[in-house]
Amino acid sequence: MARQIYLDNAATTGVHPEVLDAMVPYFLEDYGNPSSLYEFGQQAKADITEARSRIAAHINATDRDIYFTAGGTESDNWALKATADAYKDKGRHIITSAIEHHAISHSAEWLEKQGFEVTYLPVDSEGIIDPATLEAAIREDTILVSIIHGNNEIGALQPIKELAAIAHAHGALFHTDAVQSIAHVPIDVEELGVDMLSASAHKFHGPKGIGFLYIRKGVRTRSFEHGGAQERKRRAGTENVPGIIGMAKALDIAMANFEQRTAYELELRDYLIERVLAEVEHVRLNGHRTKRLSNNVNFSFEFIEGESLLLSLEQRGIMASSGSACASGSLDPSHVLLAIGLTHEIAHGSLRLSLSEKTTRDDIDYTIDAIKEVVVNLRKMSPLYEDFLQGKKAISAVK
Amino acid sequence: MAYSDKVMDHFSNPRNMGELENPSGVGTVGNAQCGDIMRVYLDIDDNNVVRDVKFKTFGCAAAVATSSMATELVKGKTIQEALQVTNDAVCEALDGLPPVKVHCSLLAEEAIHAALWDYAEKNNIVIEGLKKPKTDIHEDEEDAEEY
Repeated sequence: MARQIYLDNAATTGVHPEVLDAMVPYFLEDYGNPSSLYEFGQQAKADITEARSRIAAHINATDRDIYFTAGGTESDNWALKATADAYKDKGRHIITSAIEHHAISHSAEWLEKQGFEVTYLPVDSEGIIDPATLEAAIREDTILVSIIHGNNEIGALQPIKELAAIAHAHGALFHTDAVQSIAHVPIDVEELGVDMLSASAHKFHGPKGIGFLYIRKGVRTRSFEHGGAQERKRRAGTENVPGIIGMAKALDIAMANFEQRTAYELELRDYLIERVLAEVEHVRLNGHRTKRLSNNVNFSFEFIEGESLLLSLEQRGIMASSGSACASGSLDPSHVLLAIGLTHEIAHGSLRLSLSEKTTRDDIDYTIDAIKEVVVNLRKMSPLYEDFLQGKKAISAVK
Repeated sequence: MAYSDKVMDHFSNPRNMGELENPSGVGTVGNAQCGDIMRVYLDIDDNNVVRDVKFKTFGCAAAVATSSMATELVKGKTIQEALQVTNDAVCEALDGLPPVKVHCSLLAEEAIHAALWDYAEKNNIVIEGLKKPKTDIHEDEEDAEEY
């Protein structure tokens, strides 16, 4: 079989075999409904209660503050919409950033249509929010601040602790989307001081379709799904028992080797960044050099377009992603890349490579060689590169 | 993105990619903002036949494949025949494009028209049926993204 290198772990990850093993009995044998009164159901309830407790411990939360959801998108929607609804009599102003995942930014835009006012904080050229901008934007009627912890595209890590403190000083709640950062950055909800936090299992070798929203006790958020009394009446629907068991197991595994795994990813990440910046011309690293997720790399290659880059890499067995418009099917490139000040041309030539502990140095060497070859080929085909070379020739001719 | 085998073939092995030294006409269309730019070079002989054609494209696989296919379709043709190479013809020759990518085929048609326009201007002639091409085919396009 041709070589396959999966470098899109920010999109999703493979389920860890031990996670699957832990889940299987809950499909085949212990399939009881946790709401049933007989022992068969109550055992399932006990098992998800225990799983909830383990998950809570990994982020230093109280058990009852973990609410299971269908994943990151639902958690983000819940945190924004239901909280806005619950606090709308206090105020109708919400603050978020220009580099949120669409689960937040599109929810915020929807809230704007419902009469809320939203401020989108800018980021600097490295994708970091200056806490002073939050201090300047926050108002008496600000009810909620939601800032992504580790950005899904450029990996930039935000100063959540400082931002949350500012929100609290002004009486606003603070939510963070930690979908990319959990299992890559230590998360302690007390230390960070967040009121709500979103996570999704499939980003850390758990199953798809399961995640959670941490909601600190005392936060008045509305029910997001109406129906049965599950999740303390806040999120109705029969619990995804195998998913919950799998998510807890995946987080256990991820946290058990946290230091070693993230150190390994970080070393490979830096090796990849340094070699590409040194060996390829007209390339830039998107996102902060060090304040970034341990598994995230994002480059922009000038004069070439992202979808062509992705398909060319795929032909060499490498799976990655791009913020180009063509790759997403819209006409605009990634809002995150535009927010850090890239021109459309440069944003179109972006490439995100996201590693995992299964990525080897040999994979990275192979990928760097492929990138170098593909970039040369695509530039040969690029009228922008031709213009650049002619412009350069003209300049050197003058000298 | 589900591309046909033909699109992938033309993307992976583009025909007529490159530049011409002394072209009879050159046309560049599209804009980098939207993510695609196409440049076509034509070499037209005394009998009004497209003797040679080359292209360069900054864009997605559909943009590259449509440029490649369009150059194949006009090579060896008369100017009038080249004018008849429409975006539909290019699309059809590629066994179709995903709906979101059909606009890329407009670019190929426009690039050829732009090169012919350049040729006509340089030689002070009028090519029957050729209108001044839009250099930016995206200008009337709206973002149809929904959420």
